[in-house]
Amino acid sequence: MVSLSDYLILSAIIFCIGLVGIFVNRTNIITLLMCVELILVAVNTNFIAFSHFLGNEAGQIFVFFILTVAAAEVAIGLAILTLLFRNKGSINVDVTNSLKG
Amino acid sequence: MMNTFQFDTTSLLVALPEIFLLSSIVVILLLDLFLTKGFKQVTYYLTQASLLMTGILSYSLIGQPETLIFGDSFVLDDMASVFKVFMMGSAMVAMVYSRHYLTQHDLFRGEYFVLVLLSILGMMVMVSGYSLLTLYLGLEILSLSLYTLIAIARKRSGAIEAALKYFVLGAIASGLLLYGMSMIYGISGSLNISEISAFASDANLASRETLIINFGLVFLVIGIAFKLGAVPFHMWVPDVYQGSPTSVTMFISTIPKIAAVAMLVRLLVDGLGSMHAYWSDLFMILALLSIALGSVVALMQTNIKRMLAYSTISHVGFVMLGFVTGVITGYGAATFYILVYVLMSLAAFGVIILLNKKGFEAEEISDYKGLSKSSPWFALMMLVVMLSMAGVPPFIGFYSKFFILQQVISAGFVTVAIIAVIFAVISAYYYLQIIKSMYFNDAEQELTIAAPMDMKLVLSINATLILVVGLFPDFWMKLALSLF
Repeated sequence: MVSLSDYLILSAIIFCIGLVGIFVNRTNIITLLMCVELILVAVNTNFIAFSHFLGNEAGQIFVFFILTVAAAEVAIGLAILTLLFRNKGSINVDVTNSLKG
Repeated sequence: MMNTFQFDTTSLLVALPEIFLLSSIVVILLLDLFLTKGFKQVTYYLTQASLLMTGILSYSLIGQPETLIFGDSFVLDDMASVFKVFMMGSAMVAMVYSRHYLTQHDLFRGEYFVLVLLSILGMMVMVSGYSLLTLYLGLEILSLSLYTLIAIARKRSGAIEAALKYFVLGAIASGLLLYGMSMIYGISGSLNISEISAFASDANLASRETLIINFGLVFLVIGIAFKLGAVPFHMWVPDVYQGSPTSVTMFISTIPKIAAVAMLVRLLVDGLGSMHAYWSDLFMILALLSIALGSVVALMQTNIKRMLAYSTISHVGFVMLGFVTGVITGYGAATFYILVYVLMSLAAFGVIILLNKKGFEAEEISDYKGLSKSSPWFALMMLVVMLSMAGVPPFIGFYSKFFILQQVISAGFVTVAIIAVIFAVISAYYYLQIIKSMYFNDAEQELTIAAPMDMKLVLSINATLILVVGLFPDFWMKLALSLF
C-alpha cells in the first residue's frame, strides 16, 4: 500500500526539480516551459493524493481546472516564444537581456 | 462538504456584474471581427459602455448583506462591490488614456480592449473569490490576459522580452501559490475559505497541523508577494514596466494591484486570519525590504517607467505594512493606501501618455525638461502627482502614508515606522528630480501635445482628485474601514 507521505515526497521532489530547473537553466526557453509544467504536475499529484486519502472530491476537480489552465498557459507561452524568435532569431535565454535587470 | 450544493437562480443576480461583463466581452469580440477599418472606434465605445454598466451593476449591489453562492465559492460583500466599482472607474480612465497611446503608435486593435475586459473579469472573480479554486481561476484569467496584452506590440522586441519575463515569473508564482493551496487543502480538507478559517482558528489544533498550515502559508505569501511585486520577488517589475507599451504598463501598475490586495485579504485575513502571528513576520520583512530597495534603486533610474516601477515597489511595501499590524484599522489603512496609489499611478502614467506622439515615447526623465514652459497646466498636474507620491501634505498621498504609519505605531512597531519614514524621505528625491527637470531646465526638444480633448479633461480631473480627495481624507478612510 502506497501511503500519503510517499506521494507527498514524490511531488516535493518533482516540485524541486522544476523550480531548480528554472533557475539553473541558461540555455533554452522551451526548457523553462517544461519546468513550469513539472511544477504544476507536482501540485496535481499533491491534490490527487490528498483528495484520495481524505475521501473528498474537491481536490480532483481542482486538478481538472489546473490542467485546463496549464494548457492555455503553454499555448500563450509558445506564442510569445514564436514572436521572440521572429524578433531576435533565437530562443536562447541569453537573448532576453536588452532590458537591464 | 459539497453534498448540499443547490442551484438557485436568484444566486445569479449576485454575480450579475460578472455575467454581464462576460456576455459583453463575447459580443464585443464577435462584433469586432465584422467592423471594417474605419469603424474600429466602435469597439472602444462599446468597451467604455460595458465598463460603465458593470460599474453601475456593482454599485447597485453595495449594501447587500454578505451572500455566499455557488457552493460557497463566490462571495458578495461590501468590499467586493466597492473594489469592483473602483476597478471599473479606473479602467474607464485607463481606457481613455490607452486610446490616445494606441492611436499614436499604430497599436489600435479590437483585441486590446477585449483582453483588457477579460483581465478585468479575472480581477472581479479574484475580488469575489471565496474558495481556493475561484481565487486561482480569477488570478489565471487575469495573468493570461496580461501576458497577451504586453505581447500585443509584436514588432517591438522589448515588449516581447517583457512578456516572456512576465510569463515565466508569473507561471512560477502561480505554481508556488498552487503548491501552498494544495497543502492548505490537504490539512483542512476543504477548498472553501470559510471552512479553512474554521479549521485554522480551532483552538485544539495539533502542533503538527499548525506546522503544515505554516508550510503552505509560506508558499501562499510568496505567491501573493510575486503578484504584488514585493522584494525579493520583484525581479519582473522593472523589466515588465519598461518593456511593455506604456498604456499596458499603466494598466498593470494600477488595477491588478487592487485585485492582488483583495486576494491577500481573502486568503490571509478571511481564511488564515488566526495564523496572523506567523504571516505578519514574513510581511514585515517583505515590506521593509520593498520600501528600502524601491526607494534607493529608483534614485539611479533615467527611464521614467523604470523609476515608477521602483516607486510601485516601495508603495507596495507600505501596503504590506498595513497588514503587519493585524488590526482591522490597519487593514483599512492598507486598502485606503492601495486605492490612493491607483489614483496617483493612473495620473502619473496619464501625463506620460499625454506627451506621447508618433515616434516619441516620452520615456526618459530628460524628456520632461521644460514642460512647464510648453504646457504649464499639465506640468502642474505632474507636480501634484509627484508631490502626492512623495507624501507631501495636503495631497492624498500624504494621508495614505500617514494612516499606515499611525496604525504601525499604535501596533507598537515604532522602529519600523521610523525606517519607513526615512526611506520615504529618500524617495522624495527622485520625485523632486522630475519636478526640477520640468520647471528649472530648458527643453531639449519641442514638446507639443497631440492628445485629444477627452484625454486632457479626464487627466485634469484625475490629477485634481488627488488634491480634492486629500482635503477630506477622513471620509474616505471611514469608507475603507467599513469594508472590513
